[in-house]
Amino acid sequence: MVSDQKPLGSWSVKQGQIITCPAVCNFQTREYIVVHDNKVLRIWNNEDVNLDKVFKATLSAEVYRILSVQGTEPLVLFKEGAVRGLEALLADPQQKIETVISDEEVIKWTKFFIVFRHPVLIFITEKHGNYFAYVQMFNSRILTKYTLLLGQDENSVIESFTASVDRKFISLMSLSSDGCIYETLIPIRPTDPEKNQTLVRSLLLKAVVSGNTRNGVALTALDQDHIAVLGSPQAASKECLSVWNIKFQTLQTSKELPQGTSGQLWYYGENLFMLHGKSLTVIPYKCEVSSLAGALGKLKHGQDPGTHVMPRFVNWETPQGCGLGFQNSEQSRRIEDSEKHIEVEVRKFLALKQTPDFHTVIGDTVTGLLERCKAEPSFYPRNCLVQLIQTHVLSYSLCPDLMEIALIKKDVQLLQLCLQQFPDIPESVTCACLKIFLSIGDDSLQETDVSMESVFDYSNSVHDEKMEEQTEILQNGFSPEEDKCSNCDQELNKKPQDETKESTSCPVVPKRAALLNAILHSAYSETFLLPHLKDIPAQHITLFLKYLYFLYLKCSENATMTLPGINPPTLNQIMDWICLLLDANFTVVVMMPEAKRLLINLYKLVKSQISVYSELNKIEVSFRELQKLNQEKNNRGLYSIEVLELF
Amino acid sequence: MGEFKVHRVRFFNYVPSGIRCVAYNNQSNRLAVSRTDGTVEVYNLSANYFQEKFFPGHESRATEALCWAEGQRLFSAGLNGEIMEYDLQALNIKYAVDVFGGPIWSMAVSPSGSQLLVGCEDGSVKLFQITPDKIQFERNFDRQKRSAIHKMIVDRQHMGVSKRKCIVWGVAFLSDGTVISVDSAGKVQFWDSATGTLVKSHLIANADVQSIAVAEQEDSFVVGTAEGTVFHFQLVPVTSNSSEKQWVRTKPFQHHTHDVRTVAHSPTALISGGTDTHLVIRPLMEKVEVKNYDAALRKITFPHRRLISCSKKRQLLLFQFAHHLELWRLGSTVATGKNGDTLPLSKNADHLLHLKTKGPENIICSCISPCGSWIAYSTVSRFFLYRLNYEHDNISLKRVSKMPPFLRCALQILFSEDSTKLFVASNQGALHIVQLSGGSFKHLHAFQPQSGTVEAMCLLAVSSDGNWLAASGTSAGVHVYNVKQLKLHCTVPAYNFPVTAMAIAPNTNNLVIAHSDQQVFEYSIPDKQYTDWSRTVQKQGFHHLWLQRDTPITHISFHPKRPMHILLHDAYMFCIIDKSLPLPNDKTLLYNPFPPTNESDVVRRRTAHAFKISKIYKPLLFMDLLDERTLVAVERPLDDIIAQLPPPIKKKKFGT
Repeated sequence: MVSDQKPLGSWSVKQGQIITCPAVCNFQTREYIVVHDNKVLRIWNNEDVNLDKVFKATLSAEVYRILSVQGTEPLVLFKEGAVRGLEALLADPQQKIETVISDEEVIKWTKFFIVFRHPVLIFITEKHGNYFAYVQMFNSRILTKYTLLLGQDENSVIESFTASVDRKFISLMSLSSDGCIYETLIPIRPTDPEKNQTLVRSLLLKAVVSGNTRNGVALTALDQDHIAVLGSPQAASKECLSVWNIKFQTLQTSKELPQGTSGQLWYYGENLFMLHGKSLTVIPYKCEVSSLAGALGKLKHGQDPGTHVMPRFVNWETPQGCGLGFQNSEQSRRIEDSEKHIEVEVRKFLALKQTPDFHTVIGDTVTGLLERCKAEPSFYPRNCLVQLIQTHVLSYSLCPDLMEIALIKKDVQLLQLCLQQFPDIPESVTCACLKIFLSIGDDSLQETDVSMESVFDYSNSVHDEKMEEQTEILQNGFSPEEDKCSNCDQELNKKPQDETKESTSCPVVPKRAALLNAILHSAYSETFLLPHLKDIPAQHITLFLKYLYFLYLKCSENATMTLPGINPPTLNQIMDWICLLLDANFTVVVMMPEAKRLLINLYKLVKSQISVYSELNKIEVSFRELQKLNQEKNNRGLYSIEVLELF
Repeated sequence: MGEFKVHRVRFFNYVPSGIRCVAYNNQSNRLAVSRTDGTVEVYNLSANYFQEKFFPGHESRATEALCWAEGQRLFSAGLNGEIMEYDLQALNIKYAVDVFGGPIWSMAVSPSGSQLLVGCEDGSVKLFQITPDKIQFERNFDRQKRSAIHKMIVDRQHMGVSKRKCIVWGVAFLSDGTVISVDSAGKVQFWDSATGTLVKSHLIANADVQSIAVAEQEDSFVVGTAEGTVFHFQLVPVTSNSSEKQWVRTKPFQHHTHDVRTVAHSPTALISGGTDTHLVIRPLMEKVEVKNYDAALRKITFPHRRLISCSKKRQLLLFQFAHHLELWRLGSTVATGKNGDTLPLSKNADHLLHLKTKGPENIICSCISPCGSWIAYSTVSRFFLYRLNYEHDNISLKRVSKMPPFLRCALQILFSEDSTKLFVASNQGALHIVQLSGGSFKHLHAFQPQSGTVEAMCLLAVSSDGNWLAASGTSAGVHVYNVKQLKLHCTVPAYNFPVTAMAIAPNTNNLVIAHSDQQVFEYSIPDKQYTDWSRTVQKQGFHHLWLQRDTPITHISFHPKRPMHILLHDAYMFCIIDKSLPLPNDKTLLYNPFPPTNESDVVRRRTAHAFKISKIYKPLLFMDLLDERTLVAVERPLDDIIAQLPPPIKKKKFGT
C-alpha cells in the first residue's frame, strides 16, 4: 500500500483549468508532460513548483493522449487521429493537424509499443457501435485501418482493451459487455495498407466478469499467457481482481476489492496498480512461466519461479508412474492443450489473410487435422475446424473425412456449417446428416450452438389463429370447395381443436428446425437421394413431413409465398422435399395410423400445388400473348420519319 | 449541331443463316464459320473479331464440316459430296474434289495436319493426303470391313423413357485413350478405348447434345446442346496436390435460344454457334490475363460488310439478300417537328422491285447508282448490270447484255457520284473502270494488281469529283488511283488492323479510313500524307469508350455543306465527328443523349466535344445522308429475326 507514503511531488493547475490527459514522463529528458483544457501542453521537471510558470504550448487541435515509453520520444495522439512526435510538435506548436478519422468516430483506447526498435502505435475508435483499429508504423509512416468484426454477438459493447505484441502480431484483447474476453490478431506488417481490412475476433475466455456490471471493468495483459481482470465475477458479488492464464483457461489468483474500483488497472514492472476505494492499491505480481502443472495447481508454492525452466508441453509426456485415471485426465489435458495451441496457430494464419496458395494450405491443414482425428479418437479440434470451414474455400471433395468424423461425433453444429458451406456434399452424406438431425434428442440439442439464422420465431404465430383459418383461401386462388375429397374435409372439420393446433405450432424445437433447414437448402440429385431416404425410420419421416407441412402452411400465409427471416427455405425446396419423402417412404407411411391425417393434408396440399402450377402455366401463355401484342404496338410500323437533333 | 429528318427503315427483312460449323485456327488466331446456306466467313480474333473474309454460299453446297489443315489452309466438306479448299488470298474456291462416297457428314484432320479424313453417307471413311496445292486420295476404310476392336453401346434409355434411336452426334478421342461421346439422349459419356467400357456419364440436357470441341491441351472441352446451353468440362485434380485428375462439369452458359450446332475451343475462349444465327465468343476468365475488352462476351449477329446501297437523288434503297435484291422508294412528309417527334407521312415507302437471281449462287455484292438508273450485282460466276427507266410511277428494267468475260466475279461494285463510271473490284485482284452512257457501257481501263500479289480488294471508295479511287484489301494498305491519268497515285501506309470502311471527302479529297481496332485516320490524297487533324487525333488518342465499342464502323459519309463533319456508324451507334471541336479525353462524357438545359452557352461550349453520338437506332445496318437535312437509317431489330426462326425447344417454367 502506498497510502501512508508521502508523494514525491505534487502539482496542480489553476482553478478553472481541467487536466484532460494523464501526465506522462518523458524518459529521455526526465520531464513530465500534461495537457489541460484539451489543447494546452505543460512540460516541467522535478525542480518546478508552480505549474503556472512552467513551459506552455498551445496546440491547434485537441489532444487525446500523450504516450511515452522508454527509449523513444513521447508521441502526441490528437482526438482526430493524427499523431506527432513531441519534438516535432514543440518546434511548431501551431502547426496544422490533419484529420484522420471520420466524423462521429471517437478514439476509445490507445497503446504504444516498440517492435524491433520501431515505435508502433495502435488506437481503437468507435462509430455507431462499430469498432476500428488503426495501426501506425513509424519507420514506414504507414497507417493501416482495420474494421473489427464482433462476430455473432453484434450488440455487445467493448468495455476495455489491452494489447500485447509478439513478432508478427499485435494481440488485441477486449473485454465485452457480455463478460467475455475476445482476442483479435492484428498483423504488424499489413498485407495491403490501401485496402480497408477486416479482422475477426475469437473468444478467449468466457464469462470472466458478470455481464451486468457497467463500471469498474478493466483488463490488462501481464505477459503472453496471463491477463489481469478487474470486475465482479458474478452479478451480486463484490468486485475483485483476478489473474487468468489464457493458455490453459485457468484462474491463477483472485483478490476481492470490497471498497469498489474505478475500472483503472495498470501493470508496470511486476506491480499491478489499481484504485481501491479512495486509495491506490499496488499488488506485486510476477507471472510464472505458464505450465500445465502450474495451471492445475500442482506446482508447489514457494518454489522459485526463476529456476522453473521446464520446457512447455514436455512434462506431460512422461506420466508413467501415475495411475490410469490420472493418465486419462493428463491425456485429455494434453489434447485440449494441443487443440488450443493449434487453434491459436490457425487463427494467426487466418489473420495473415490470403496468400496465393491459400486454398491448398487450408486444404492441407484440414487433411492433416483429420488424419490426427482418425488416429487419436479423443482429438477433435472443433473450434479450429469451424474457423477453417468459415474460410469458404473448403468443399466436401477436398476433405471428405471432415463430415464423416462430425457424423461419428454427432456434432450437429459442424454438420450444419458444412451443409451451409460445401457445394458438393454427396446425397448419402446429406441423408446421414438428416438422420442425425431427426434422431438427436432435444436435450442434447439444447447444449449445441447451431446457427438459427434460417429459423424465424414461429412461436408467436400460434396466437394468430385468425390468420391460420384464412390459409386455405390464400392458396393463390385455389378454393377448397372444388376439392373432390369432400369426405376428408368433413372428417377434418369434425376434428377437435387440438388437432388443428398440431399443424399450426411448429412440430420441432427451433434448433432442430434450423438443422432441418440446412438440409432443405442443400443441393441434391433425386436419383441419388431417394434410395438413402428409404433407410430413415418411419416416425422420423413423419416428423419431417409434419415440419415440412408446417413450413408450407407458414409459406401460404402471405402472398409472396415466402417464409420470414434471413435465408429461409423456399417453397420449391419444401415442396420438392415433401415429394421426395413421400416417393421414398409412401408404403411405410401409409400404414401408420398416426400419419393418416398428415397424408390427407399433404394430398390436399399437392393437389392445390398442381392447380396453382397449371394456373401459372396458363398465365404464362396469356402473358406471352400480351407481350406479343405489346411488341407489335411498340414497333411503330416498319417505316417512319422522325426528327433527330444531335447535341 | 444539327437537326435531321430521319427515314427510319425497318422493312429490310434480312435473316442471317444459321451457323453450321466453326473451326478455330490457333496459328493465325482466326475463326472460320460456315452457315447453313454454304457461306464461309473468316474472323480475325486478333483484330477485334473482325469478319475479314467471306466466301459466298451456294444452294447445293450445304457445309457439314470445316477444318484448318497444314497450318492455315481451310477445307470444307458437305452434302454435295465434295471437299473444297478456299483461297484465302484471292477469296475464291481453289478447287473442289468429289470423294465419290455420297454426301459427306464429317471431316477431321490428322494431328500432324497433313491428312484429311471424311465420313460419307455410304458408310465409308476416306483418307486424303494434303499436297502443297491439292489433296490426293490415299485410302478407303469400308464399313465393317476391318473388324472393330471395340463396340461401345450407348444406352438409349433417357429418364426412364426409351427413345426410338440414340444418335451419337460427336466424339472426341484424347491422347490418353479416353473417348468422349455426345448423343441425342442428352448425355456426355467418357469411354476407355483400351477396354471399350463406359467410364463416366453426365446427363446434361433433356434434348440432344449436338457438338463437342476439345482444347489443344486436352484439359478442357466444351459441348453444345439443342436447348441452347453450352457446358464447359474441365480436367481437375481430385484433391489438392493429388496427381489423379477427373473430368468435371464446371460452367454452364446460356447465350443461345436455339440449337448449338457447333462449338470450338480457343486457348482463352469458348466459341459457339447455331440455329439462332449468333456467333458467341465467351472468354474463359481464368485464362484471360489482362482484363481488357477481349475479356468481354462477344455476340456477333450481323455481317461486317454493307448489304444496302442508296440512291440519294431518287431516294431509293437497294437491299441485298442471298438470292434476290429489293428496291424501295422512301416516303415523304411535309410536316416538321421537334427532336424525337414522329412525323405524319404524306407518302409511304414503296416496294418498287424484286429482282431474283438465276442459279444456285449467292449474291456477293450489289450497288445502285447515285442517280438511281443503274443496278449492278455479282455472283461467283456472273456479273449483272441493269438499266432502270422511270416513267411516272412505272419502272422498267433492262439488262445490259454481253458483259465482257473479265467482268465475271466482283467482290465490290461502286458507281461514281455522277453515275457515269462503274468501278468493279474483281476477285483476280484487278480493278476495272467502265464508262456508262445511255444504255451502253465501255471498258475504260483495268488497274492490275502489283506483281506478285493476288490479294483481293474488298472495299472501294471514289471521290465526288471522280478523280480518285481508293481500294483496300484485307491486309495490305489502301491504294489510291488517279482515274484521270489511270495510274497508281499513292499507297496509304499499311496498318496492323484491317480496314472496315473508307470514304473520300468532297472538295478536300481527304480519305477517311476506319480500322477494326476503332481507329479512324484522315489521309490527304493530294498531299500524300495524314492530315493535321488525324495527327492530332493519333497524338491525343481516342476516348476509351470509343475504343471499347465491339462492332466495326461499316460506313462513312460526309455532309455536303459542312466540310468539318464526318458521319460514320457501327451496328449500335451513329456518330458525327465535328473536326472543329476539341477531342474528348477520357474524363469527358463521350455519349450525352440529353440536350443542355438551363445551362449558359459558356458551359455548353466548354463541355462540347467533337463526337456527337446517337444510339437511338439499333441494330443499325446502314445510315447515310440523303441531303443536307435528311438521313436514312436502316435498322434490323433482333426480335424480328427471332420471329422468323423456327421455335426453340419449349421449357416449362412452372411445375415438372
